[in-house]
Amino acid sequence: MTTALRITDLSKTFPVGRSLFGRPKASVKAVHPLSLTVAQGETLGIVGESGCGKSTLARMLVGLLEPTTGRIEIEGAALDTADPAVFGRRIQYVFQDPISSLNPRKTIRQIMDAPLRHLHHMPARDREARILEIFDSVNLRAEFLSRYPHEFSGGQAQRIGIARALAAEARILILDEPVSALDVSVQAQVLNLLADLRAQFGLTYLFISHDLAVVEAVSDRIAVLYFGAVVEIGPAEEVFSAPKHPYTELLAQSAPQVGRPLAAPEAKGTELPDPLKPPPGCAFANRCTRASARCRTETPRLTPLGTASQAACFHPLNV
Amino acid sequence: MTAFFRLLARNRLALAGGIVLSLVVLLALVTPLLPLADPDVTDTSNRFRPALSDGALLGTDHLGRDLLSRLLWGTRLSLAVGIAAALIAATIGAAIGIIAGFYGGRIDNVIMRGVDMLMAFPYILLALAIVAALGPGLLNALIAVAAVNVPFFARNIRGITVGIANTEFVQAARLAGLSNPRIILSEILPNVVPVIVIAMSTTIGWMILETAGLSFLGLGSQPPQADLGSMLGEARSALITHPHTSVVPGLMILVIVMAINLLGDGVRDALDPRLKSGALSRPMATTRVDRQSIPDHGEKSGDSLLNVRALETQFHVRGRVYRAVGGVDLHVEPGECLGIIGESGSGKSVTALSIMGLVASPPGVITGGAAYLDGEDLIGAPYRRLRDMRGRRVAYIFQDPLSTLHPLYRVGDQLIEAIRAHRPISRTEGRVRAIELLDAVRIPNPEQRISDYPHEMSGGMRQRVGIAMALANDPDIIIADEPTTALDVTVQAQVLSILDDLRRSRGLAIVFITHDFGVVAQLCDRVAVMYAGRIVEEGPMRAILSAPRHPYTARLMACVPELGGGKRRLEAIPGLPPVVDALPEGCAFADRCDRTRPDCRAGDIPLAPLAAQSVRCLHPVGTEQEHAS
Amino acid sequence: MTGYILKRLLSAIPVLLGISVIVFLIMALIPGDPATAILGSYATPENVEKLNRDLGLDKSLVQQYFIWLGNMLTGDFGTSFALNRPVLDEVLERFNATLVLAGVAFLVCAVLGVAAGVVSAANQYGLADKAITFAVLLGISIPSFFLGMMMILFFAVNLRWFPVSGMWPIYGDRTLGVLLSHLAMPATALAVVATGVIARLSRSAMLEVLRQDFIRTARAKGVHERGVIWRHALKAAMVAIIPVLGIQAGFVLSGAVYIEMVFQWPGVGRMLVDAILKRDLLLVQGGVVFVAACYVLFNIAVDVAQSLLDPRIKT
Repeated sequence: MTTALRITDLSKTFPVGRSLFGRPKASVKAVHPLSLTVAQGETLGIVGESGCGKSTLARMLVGLLEPTTGRIEIEGAALDTADPAVFGRRIQYVFQDPISSLNPRKTIRQIMDAPLRHLHHMPARDREARILEIFDSVNLRAEFLSRYPHEFSGGQAQRIGIARALAAEARILILDEPVSALDVSVQAQVLNLLADLRAQFGLTYLFISHDLAVVEAVSDRIAVLYFGAVVEIGPAEEVFSAPKHPYTELLAQSAPQVGRPLAAPEAKGTELPDPLKPPPGCAFANRCTRASARCRTETPRLTPLGTASQAACFHPLNV
Repeated sequence: MTAFFRLLARNRLALAGGIVLSLVVLLALVTPLLPLADPDVTDTSNRFRPALSDGALLGTDHLGRDLLSRLLWGTRLSLAVGIAAALIAATIGAAIGIIAGFYGGRIDNVIMRGVDMLMAFPYILLALAIVAALGPGLLNALIAVAAVNVPFFARNIRGITVGIANTEFVQAARLAGLSNPRIILSEILPNVVPVIVIAMSTTIGWMILETAGLSFLGLGSQPPQADLGSMLGEARSALITHPHTSVVPGLMILVIVMAINLLGDGVRDALDPRLKSGALSRPMATTRVDRQSIPDHGEKSGDSLLNVRALETQFHVRGRVYRAVGGVDLHVEPGECLGIIGESGSGKSVTALSIMGLVASPPGVITGGAAYLDGEDLIGAPYRRLRDMRGRRVAYIFQDPLSTLHPLYRVGDQLIEAIRAHRPISRTEGRVRAIELLDAVRIPNPEQRISDYPHEMSGGMRQRVGIAMALANDPDIIIADEPTTALDVTVQAQVLSILDDLRRSRGLAIVFITHDFGVVAQLCDRVAVMYAGRIVEEGPMRAILSAPRHPYTARLMACVPELGGGKRRLEAIPGLPPVVDALPEGCAFADRCDRTRPDCRAGDIPLAPLAAQSVRCLHPVGTEQEHAS
Repeated sequence: MTGYILKRLLSAIPVLLGISVIVFLIMALIPGDPATAILGSYATPENVEKLNRDLGLDKSLVQQYFIWLGNMLTGDFGTSFALNRPVLDEVLERFNATLVLAGVAFLVCAVLGVAAGVVSAANQYGLADKAITFAVLLGISIPSFFLGMMMILFFAVNLRWFPVSGMWPIYGDRTLGVLLSHLAMPATALAVVATGVIARLSRSAMLEVLRQDFIRTARAKGVHERGVIWRHALKAAMVAIIPVLGIQAGFVLSGAVYIEMVFQWPGVGRMLVDAILKRDLLLVQGGVVFVAACYVLFNIAVDVAQSLLDPRIKT
C-alpha cells in the first residue's frame, strides 16, 4: 500500500497576548508534535472533544495555517510552503458549516468555476462540461448551478461543498465535521455519498468528528486526540470496542447509547487542563483512575500495543 | 437589485424621503435653466423685501439679492459638496478599512493606530485645523469634511472585513487557488458593498450638515458665492429684524437632510439581511395568543400534571405562515421523564416554549390549543399569572449555556435573582441557598464559584448553573430544551447523570427535548416523536425502541449509527422534511416513505392507539399481515 | 483596576504625541510666511527675518517640532499675537466656558438619549416608539445652528423667557440661576443632535439584546418585565452604548463651536474660529492640542467605565 499523506512532528503553537512590537507574553500549544501516515484510499478518522486541536490540525494540513514545526508529505513529495493554492491541487478541505462555506453573493456556477479556473487554468469551454460531470457524481441537478447558496438546505449545500473539493482534483480530502451541522436523516445521505466517491475516485479521507459512532462507521483507522496529542490510534473496529487508553475508554462509555443504562463514568466535574499552564506528564492524569506517580511527571509516548494499535499510556487497558 | 427597490418602495417613509429628495435634486439640476434672477447681483435699495413680494417670491436678503434664486443655487452647491464629500470619504475609508481588515497583523495594527489617532480629535478640531492650514473656501471645507470622516468609514469597514476575511467561504476561495487581490475583489468586496452603501446613506445627510456648518462659520464658501450654510451665516446678523432670510435656507437644509435620512434608513433596512426576515423585532414578554376556541381537558389525561391539548403555534413572517406546531397533544405525569425527539424544524422546541409563552413574538403566535398545569390553562393566562408560574412551577433549561446566562452578572447573583423573583428573601439567605443549589449540581467549591462570571466557567459548569437555576424554586416540571447538545460527550454524560439523579431524588417531572435517540433512550420513560410540527408516534420508551410503529421512527432509528458496529453503510432517508409553510395534505412523511399508498395523501390522519403506543400512520410498521388479508 | 487605569494612561502617551505631530504637520503645511502674516505686508525684510528667528522658523522642521513640544510640556504654548496674551491662559479661560456648556449638554443627551432608546425599544412599533422615532429623526436632521437661531427668535425675542446670548449679563451678579438661564437654550440646542443619535443607537442596541437567549432565560425564571428591560437588557446594551457615548462626547464638543457662535458663548470654539479668520496660528495650534488632549483623557474614562461594566474585558 502506498502512503498518501505523511506528517512528521507537525505542531502548532499560538502566541497569546502579543502587543504591537513586543514579544508574546505566553503561548498555547494547540497541537503537540504529531506524526501520522495515511495510506492511499484509506479513511483515517480523528476524534476528540472541543479544544483537542483537531481543527488546528486540519487547517495546517490544507495550508490555511502555517505549522510551527514539522513537515507534510503528499504522495512522497513534501509541501513546504503555506500557500493554499499549492496545497489546493493536492489536498482539499470540506468545511463543517455547509452554508457559510459558500459565498452568499455568488452563484453555485461561479463557486464551482473557481478551482477549475485558478488551480487548473482550464479553458472556459471545458469548465462547464467538467462541472456538470462533477455535479452528476454528487447527485446534484444541473439547474442548481444558477442559484445562490441561501436557496439550499444544509444537506444540499454540503454536497456542493464536496463537489467544489472534487473540482480541485485533489486525491486527499480533509473532512472537518462534515455532517455535524446536518440532521440525522440527511447525515446518512452525505456519509454514504462520501463512501461512494471514495470508491469511485480512489480518494483518501481524513475524517474529523466529535461523534464517535459516525467516525467508527466511516473509518478504517481512528486516531483519538486529547489536549493536542494523539493518545491512541488503531483499527476502527478495535478502538472503541477494546480501548487501550483510559481516555478512549471514557469516551466510549460516555457516548449515549440506545439500550445501555445511563452511567456517569466520572462523578466529579473534571475538566481539561488549562492550556496556558499545561501539567507535567500525562495531560489526562488528573481525570484518570489508573494514574500513577509516573504519569504525573513523565509524558507517555505512543507505543505499539497488540497488532495494529498504538497508545500513549503507561498503564494501558485491554492488553 | 429589483428586490432591493421593491423592499425600499414598500417602506412608505423611505419612499416619501426618496420622492422629496428626488424633487430637490431635480430642482437643483434644472436651476441653471430656470428664469431666475442672478443670485449674486446686489440691489441694496430692495433689501429685506418680504416673501411673496413682486419679482421676489421668497423676498430678498440684506444686499437685495433674490432669495429664491440664491436658495436654489445654494442647494445645488450644498448637495454637490455633501455628496462629493461622502463619496470621497467612503471610497478612501473603505479602501483603508478593507486592506487593514483583510491583511491583518502589522499592517492592520499600524493603519488602525493611525485611524485611532485621527479619531482622538473631536472631529471639528481636525476640520478646523485643516481649514486653518488650507485657508477658508468651499473646496477646502469639502476636503476637511471628507478627511474627518475617513476614519469613521475605515473603522466601520475594517470591522466588517475582519468578519468576512475569517469566514469559511474566504478560506474555501484560498483553497480554490484565488490570490489575495482576487479574493478582495470577488469575495470580500461584494459582501462589503452593502455595508458601504448603508454607511454612506446614513452619513451623507451628516456631511451636508457639516459642510453647511463650516460655511456658516465663514470657513466654507466665500462671498458672493453662497451655499445654504453661508446663506444662514450671512442672515444671522439680521435674525431678529428679518427672520425670513434665516428661515428659508435653514428649512431647506432641514428638508434635504431629513429626506436623505428617511431614504437612508430605508436603504439600510432593505439591505440588512436580518431586517429582511423581520428578525430585528423585539420579542414581547409573552407569546401572542390568538385562538378561536379552547379545547377541554380531554378524558384520558384529564388529571395529568401538565396536559397540552391540540397546541398550534405559527410564525407569521412577511405574509407567510409557518405552522411550526400543528396540533400537539402531550401529557406529563408527576415525576415522569418525557422525551420529545425530532429533527431541526420538527417543532419540538417551539412546543416546549409555547407552554410558558416563551416563543419569540413577533413573529410567533399561538393559534390554538391549551396547556393545563394542574387543571389551569396557561395559554392565554394573563402576564401576571404566567410570570408567577414561570420558574416557580415550570422551569426551563436551554441549549447553549454561554448565551443563556447573562454575561455581565455573576452566576451567584443570577441564581439569587431566580429565587427572589418568587420569594422575598434577604441577599444573605439567597447566597446560602445559591451555594446549596450549586452543590446540588455537583459544582466543586461552590463558595468560590458563586462569584464567577459565566465566561470564567467551562461549558459543562455553565450548564450545571443553568440546571441549578431551574431548581431554584423547586418546580414541578423542568423543561430541558436540548440541554446537552452543545457539550462534549464526556461532559454530556456528567450533566445527564446529574439530571437523572435530581429527578429521582426530588420527584421532578422532566420534559427532555433532543434530536439524539441515544440520550432519550437512556433518560426517558416515555417518548414522543415529532415530524413537521406534529407528533407521529408516542408511547413508552421500551415499546418504541423494540418495535417502532411509524415508518419515520423506524427509519430515523436506523439512521443513527451505533458505537461498536464497525465500518458500514448507513441507512438514509431520501429527500428532505417538508417546509412548514407549505405542508402537503395528509401525511407529511409520505414523500420520503416507502410504505406510502394513495390514502396517505388524503385527509387528516389521527394519532391512533396501536399496541402500547399511539401512531399517526395508516400503514404502520409491523401490520403487513392485517393489510394483506 | 488601578493597574488598568495606569496602563490606559500610559497608552495615551503615544496617542497624545501623535496628535501633536498631526497638528504640527497641518500647521507646517500652511503656505506663506507666518512672520509676514503677523507683521503685515508692509514689514521690512529685516524685521521679518528677526521675527522668523525669534519664532524659531529658521530651524529644521524636526527641530521646530521638538522645541514646540518641549515648550508645551513646560506649559508654554506661545503668545497669541492677535490678543497679545499667553495662549494657554486664553485657552484655559475659554475652555472653562465650553466645558460648562458641553458638559451640561452631554449629561442631558446621555441620560435622555438612553432613556428614550430604552422606552422606544421596549414599546417597539407602539405609540411611544413612533413618537420618539419621529422626534429623533427631526433631531438628527436639523442643523444645530439653525435650531439655535430659531430658539433665540422664539424663546428669547418673542417669549422673552431667556436672554438672547452670552454666558453672563454685562452688569449684575454672577449667580447659578443667572448662569442657568443663559445656559438653557444653547445647551438644549447643542444636546438635540447627540440625543437623537444616542437614542437611535440605544434603541437598536436594546432590540439586539432583547433577542438574546439570556433575556429568554430571565423571563423563564419569572423575572418581572421591568427587571428584564431595565436590569438585564439595559446592562447588556450599555456595552454597545458606552463607546458611542464616548464618540458623541466628541460630537457635542464639536457642535459647541456652532452653538458658541450663535449664542455668543465665550468658549474655545468661537476662539478657534476667530483665530483662524485672523490667522492667529499659535492660538489655533495650542487650542486644538489642548482640547484634543482633554478629549483623549475623557475617552480613557470611558474605557475605564466600560471595563467596570464588562468583566470580560481583561483589566
